[in-house]
Amino acid sequence: MPATAAKKNAAARKRRSPFGDYQPGGFFDEMFDRNRVVRPHYRKLLERMERLSPDALDQRRQMADTTFLNQGITFTVYSDSQGTERIFPFDLVPRIIPASEWEHIEAGLVQRITALNLFLHDLYHHQRILHDNVIPRAYIDGAKHFRREFIGFNVPRNIYIHICGTDLVRDDSGQYLVLEDNGRCPSGVSYVLENRQTLKRVFPSLFEAYGVRPVEGYPEDLLNLLRYIAPHGKPNPTVAVLTPGIFNSAYFEHSFLARQMGIEIVEGRDLIVENSHVYMRTTKGLQSVDVLYRRIDDDFLDPRVFREDSALGVPGIVEAYRAGNISLANSIGTGVADDKVMYYFVPRMIKYYLDQDPILPNVPTWLANEPDDLKYILDHLPELVVKAANESGGYGMLIGPHAAKSEIEKFRRLVKSDPRNYIAQPTLKLSRHPCFLDGRFEGRHVDLRPYILYGEKVTIIPGGLTRVALKKGSLVVNSSQGGGSKDTWVLEGND
Amino acid sequence: MLSRVADSLYWMSRNVERAENIARIVEVNQQLMLDVPSQQAVDLQRNWLPVIACLGEEPEIDGRPIKPDAGSVTEFLVFERGNPNSIVSCLCAARENARTVREQISAEMWEQINRTYLWCLGKSARQSFDRNQYEFFQRLKKSLQLFQGITETTMIHEDGWDFIQLGKYLERADKTSRLLDDEYHLLRRDKATANDHILQWLAVLRSCSARQTYQKIYATTVQPVKVAELLILHESFPRSVKFCAMHLDEALRRISGVPPGRFSNHAEKLSGRLVAELSFSSIDDLHNRGLHQAVDDLQVKFNAIGSAIFATYIYQAITPAAIIPEVQQVPQE
Repeated sequence: MPATAAKKNAAARKRRSPFGDYQPGGFFDEMFDRNRVVRPHYRKLLERMERLSPDALDQRRQMADTTFLNQGITFTVYSDSQGTERIFPFDLVPRIIPASEWEHIEAGLVQRITALNLFLHDLYHHQRILHDNVIPRAYIDGAKHFRREFIGFNVPRNIYIHICGTDLVRDDSGQYLVLEDNGRCPSGVSYVLENRQTLKRVFPSLFEAYGVRPVEGYPEDLLNLLRYIAPHGKPNPTVAVLTPGIFNSAYFEHSFLARQMGIEIVEGRDLIVENSHVYMRTTKGLQSVDVLYRRIDDDFLDPRVFREDSALGVPGIVEAYRAGNISLANSIGTGVADDKVMYYFVPRMIKYYLDQDPILPNVPTWLANEPDDLKYILDHLPELVVKAANESGGYGMLIGPHAAKSEIEKFRRLVKSDPRNYIAQPTLKLSRHPCFLDGRFEGRHVDLRPYILYGEKVTIIPGGLTRVALKKGSLVVNSSQGGGSKDTWVLEGND
Repeated sequence: MLSRVADSLYWMSRNVERAENIARIVEVNQQLMLDVPSQQAVDLQRNWLPVIACLGEEPEIDGRPIKPDAGSVTEFLVFERGNPNSIVSCLCAARENARTVREQISAEMWEQINRTYLWCLGKSARQSFDRNQYEFFQRLKKSLQLFQGITETTMIHEDGWDFIQLGKYLERADKTSRLLDDEYHLLRRDKATANDHILQWLAVLRSCSARQTYQKIYATTVQPVKVAELLILHESFPRSVKFCAMHLDEALRRISGVPPGRFSNHAEKLSGRLVAELSFSSIDDLHNRGLHQAVDDLQVKFNAIGSAIFATYIYQAITPAAIIPEVQQVPQE
């Protein structure tokens, strides 16, 4: 073929390629470097995608959506009066993490969960870290989710956070940073497993080209962990998932995990407590339960101890827990570690308990309760991200550069009136990843939530949930705020 | 199995069976209307309002009576969300029940009920209904029958499956007996011609998918007593009352493990008695008692069995005796 014809062909292919005019645009792009050269571990993916026309890609996208809808892989939107279920938008392009990068992440996460569990044990026992003034006591006294009444109480195997979903982001240099630790009831792992299933159906041949580490072992690891924490090391414990019920936004996940583990899913009304033992009502009578993977926050767990108005909980379950007859994952009282003020101190915990430097750094953070920090925060509100210490799901948050003046002034008042409960961070230029939207590829901001299981050993699902802010320019990846997700691949090798 | 789960499986099954029965009854009545000479409003009323009655409904929406014409009544029975027993309402309930027990049913079952629900509530079902009701009902029935078939072949046949059988057979027995009951009502006050009667009885048979079976067994014209015999006392026809009672009783015994001839709870006692009664009755016995009365009695008995199942398995009283003793671990050498 004459050289000019080949050139013409290449040019035509480039025009047709849905990646034709894709630009990383001043951000760290997961797929392309600064000069728009594809990163080595994405090369094979790019080749495959370029061979598909936008129509063919769109067909696959529809195929994926139909799969999710038919399987009822949906979440409920609270603000919607219809209580409608929606599918969690899924983007076709997988995020790829080479082995060496994952090793680094994994080491950082193991270090962090270890320190957090040591911290919680210390906090609920001798409080050495407070005596040594590594964390000012006042912050603990003011912590909303610190459960004083459990000081001196021993949890099975001394594990507090069994299941953790730590949110990671990358800045404009590509460095991984920890954004927050979710040590109560992190959700989303079912999407990791379902996204993988779906992508395998939609792009079977892609998997053959890469060595992708499987994620399917998660339910088994979780079940092993739950059995490991059974009261008094009981050999064949009865384990169940405790859900707030079908109207909870994550019900699909609760039911999914129960199904995958082959255990019962129970609601509060299925359980009763007799003589400090927990039983579930079955067709054969009352069957004793030993371990609960509870997806209900502390506050709603037991109306006799915490919120009286909770109709979701089980009256008397805390008494059974204290008596050591039921194990809960996660343990009661881990919420204190989710406090965004405590987050600030995690690097100090790592140093204090492990005598190590953090492998995964925090995002730089200012505490509004510290006078110097407060001044800085108030002077720089339009540039900063301000977060309430005990909110989640993208609520109670100001993104300075994207906020209206009135919004900024509202947060100025909030921060001033309650400095203990606010922190601020610089507005990060989060990394972006190509997403297939409206027939072409566009860059969207992403984060990463790996799921960490802390049992007999620490196991981390290879990859985790990559969440995408699908709205153009948006930095908020939460599903309740228009976020979507991607399949996340950790490679056996580096490309 | 969790009591709540058993309850959801039972209702999932009942709602699916109910939706299918309504579809069949509405479709058959619609066909019937085509056969009856058009005698306008009086006849329309005569044929449609009893359909609603037979489905156990008050023919009103928000306290207002609905118009007795074919369009309003089918709308009420198929799409009206304000009618808790419309097809759409049954599908919503069945799918909601299935959603709470997804870990108990097979993935294929869930996908099938979810797909049927999404279809029936979507635009394309409505369009199909407006374009050609026959096609609509065919597709709906097939979808629901497919669900039952998938249930049969993909779900493990243990307690959960047995609760599904309980729901299915109670619902089916209820509908078959109601259809008969309704016909007797009609016959009593009716001044219609003999020819009309035959059409009516044919409709009853078709509503129970029993037209062919009837012909095969009796090889004669449609006679009310024979129709009643087939639909009440035949032990192999899957929509007959006796067939339902027998399978209900078997499911109850599989759940408890108690052999026939004995009982361990009230539900088994009642179902055992009912099976015995049906086994040792001929159609003449029922006829002598008055078929209308006999069918009424059957309905009362099925309702009592339903209540007893609830008290035995779903909401049993909590007593120390209810606690299942744990199996002691044998220490290993």
